[in-house]
Amino acid sequence: MKIVVCVKHVPDATAERGFEPDGTTDRESVDSLLSELDEYAIEQALRIVESGVDAEITYLTVGPDEAKSALRKALAMGGDRAVHVSDEGIAGTDALGTSLILARAVERLGFDLVLTGMAATDSTMGVVPAMLAERLDVPGVTYLDEVEVEAATGVLTGRREAESATELISAAIPAVVSVTDRTGEARYPSFKGIMSAKKKPLDTLGLADLGIDPAQVGLAAARSAVDSAARRPPRVKGEVVPDEGDGGVVLAAFLASRKFI
Amino acid sequence: MAEVLVLVDHIDGAVRKPTLELLTLARRLGEPSAVFLGRGADTATAILGEFGARKVYVVDAPEIDAYLVVPAVDAMTRIARAVEPAAILVPSSRDGKEIAARLAVRLDSGLITDAVDVHQGESGPVTEQSAFAATYLVNAHVTEGAAIITVKPNATTPEPAPAAPEVEHVTVEFSAAATGVTVLSRTPREKSDRPGLTEADIVVSGGRGVNGAENFALIERVADALGAAVGASRAAVDSGWYPHSHQVGQTGTQVSPQLYLAAGISGAIQHRAGMQTSRTIVAVNKDEDAPIFDLVDHGVVGDLFKVLPQLADEIARRKG
Ligand SMILES: Cc1cc2nc3c(=O)[nH]c(=O)nc-3n(C[C@H](O)[C@H](O)[C@H](O)COP(=O)(O)OP(=O)(O)OC[C@H]3O[C@@H](n4cnc5c(N)ncnc54)[C@H](O)[C@@H]3O)c2cc1C
Ligand SMILES: Cc1cc2nc3c(=O)[nH]c(=O)nc-3n(C[C@H](O)[C@H](O)[C@H](O)COP(=O)(O)OP(=O)(O)OC[C@H]3O[C@@H](n4cnc5c(N)ncnc54)[C@H](O)[C@@H]3O)c2cc1C
Repeated sequence: MKIVVCVKHVPDATAERGFEPDGTTDRESVDSLLSELDEYAIEQALRIVESGVDAEITYLTVGPDEAKSALRKALAMGGDRAVHVSDEGIAGTDALGTSLILARAVERLGFDLVLTGMAATDSTMGVVPAMLAERLDVPGVTYLDEVEVEAATGVLTGRREAESATELISAAIPAVVSVTDRTGEARYPSFKGIMSAKKKPLDTLGLADLGIDPAQVGLAAARSAVDSAARRPPRVKGEVVPDEGDGGVVLAAFLASRKFI
Repeated sequence: MAEVLVLVDHIDGAVRKPTLELLTLARRLGEPSAVFLGRGADTATAILGEFGARKVYVVDAPEIDAYLVVPAVDAMTRIARAVEPAAILVPSSRDGKEIAARLAVRLDSGLITDAVDVHQGESGPVTEQSAFAATYLVNAHVTEGAAIITVKPNATTPEPAPAAPEVEHVTVEFSAAATGVTVLSRTPREKSDRPGLTEADIVVSGGRGVNGAENFALIERVADALGAAVGASRAAVDSGWYPHSHQVGQTGTQVSPQLYLAAGISGAIQHRAGMQTSRTIVAVNKDEDAPIFDLVDHGVVGDLFKVLPQLADEIARRKG
């Protein structure tokens, strides 16, 4: 069985992130790393193999040169190999373009299961998994809190919290699955893992390798455009007062002054 | 004027408030048409009309409820191709975003998610989004195709604009993909008398400081005094003190109420990502250095087990 895990390289969410004048993400002033939520997808891939399913795990990323570091981190957690799609023409690609590139790459690699995070921590869109399933024309199941794959039957089952109900679902592989941060803590790379990651194959592909016309992707081809991106004025910090026995009364007075009571 | 499609979010015909917000926003962009999928259109039509829907497209097929997402996408695609709308507005729920995502691929249209406001610009809708845990405000527009926009709850106040909608039943031929994912079972969440998290004007949330499931009764007491929804931090949810569906934050629900009260919550970046756009923020925390205090309009440094009961009593007294 072939598992492809899509991982995104994103600006560190704990740092002060920002935009370039053209509306693209500022990647200079903030360190980037593997999107935290993708670690859960990696973890699930590794657990599927550990549960006895005979599978090869490939990590796939689309991004600039530095995005390799996200692949190295993933490989250090486990798995077999990595593929980096990088091309000057990719900068500024929107979600539609990203899903096109990922779909072509996944098709080229061959897959039984594509695992993704629930959303990237920079855009927080959470739409690429559904777009991928649509483009690959296979079942797509998003936001799974639990996922199980039975290799013998090719049946995938899972649990998800929908808007107003808990759903148990099943689908046949090949499929695209996105997993939440409730699927189980992701492991830390071990020293041995970090060392062996350096020896695992990491291939780079360009748009031409995937048969994608550069006119289909990149900032110019994006089907949405940013007009402006401005830092929100920071919240004006209000009064923080110690409770001197009347903290609740003082708070109530504040709420009343704002007409909440 | 071009039509603007609004995907109706409902439970068996009971229309949820975010849909009324979308209808209100749609009127800025063109003529609102509601798309109603599933059972209960008869119940829904009146309220959809009250908030300005000129047309209601209805697709009432069993596939809509029996399978995930794709039947809804098939229906939306069919209607969008026929209508050629100026824009398609969808609630920013999990399902809504997924429907919008697949629709964007099918129609080759640009997609903007999680808009907090929408206006008519010179050449079509212009959106406002909050980015990077609400530290940035981004204006964007769609450059290709009908603008597909998912809108967060509380983006605007629903305003009535009574119309007598024309109801059109649409038959959809579902794609092979529509039956790809089977729902084996669906366990509805327990209904509560409290408002839902995304729709509430006030949210009262408890964190690790609440220190136990039984103590959430205190959070509920304050919430009920204010007519608020109850939220929780991931730490509280992971401890099993409150249901996961109440988690506020990056991987929980993102809320933007008029008032957010955080009790026993430190204010980690992932929590802030889900509540930072609240109009007014207040917090009770015994640690004066808790990062949540950087956001507050009013903060109380103190023990929540002392402050909250007093607050609830004082609200009751003031309300008489
Ligand atoms: C603040 C911000 C707002 C944005 N708003 C929009 C918008 O409104 N419309 C729009 O079209 N684009 C938008 N983008 C651009 C969009 O983020 C990029 O096009 C991105 O590559 C698409 O992925 P995502 O971040 O939306 O992925 P999501 O759908 O959030 O990610 C889900 C999963 O998909 C996989 N994945 C996503 N991207 C990659 C990748 N490059 N390589 C490998 N796996 C990946 C990962 O497994 C990830 O966990 C925005 C970007 C930012 C930073
Ligand atoms: C991938 C990922 C996703 C995440 N998503 C979310 C998310 O969606 N939502 C979320 O909330 N978190 C999320 N987190 C977790 C987040 O990082 C924090 O761990 C979490 O928000 C902490 O919750 P807390 O503030 O309740 O607990 P703590 O950080 O432990 O804070 C407890 C606070 O209570 C105060 N306190 C204790 N006792 C009292 C008392 N008697 N009276 C008053 N104050 C008291 C303490 O001073 C402290 O400030 C996520 C983390 C990761 C890694």
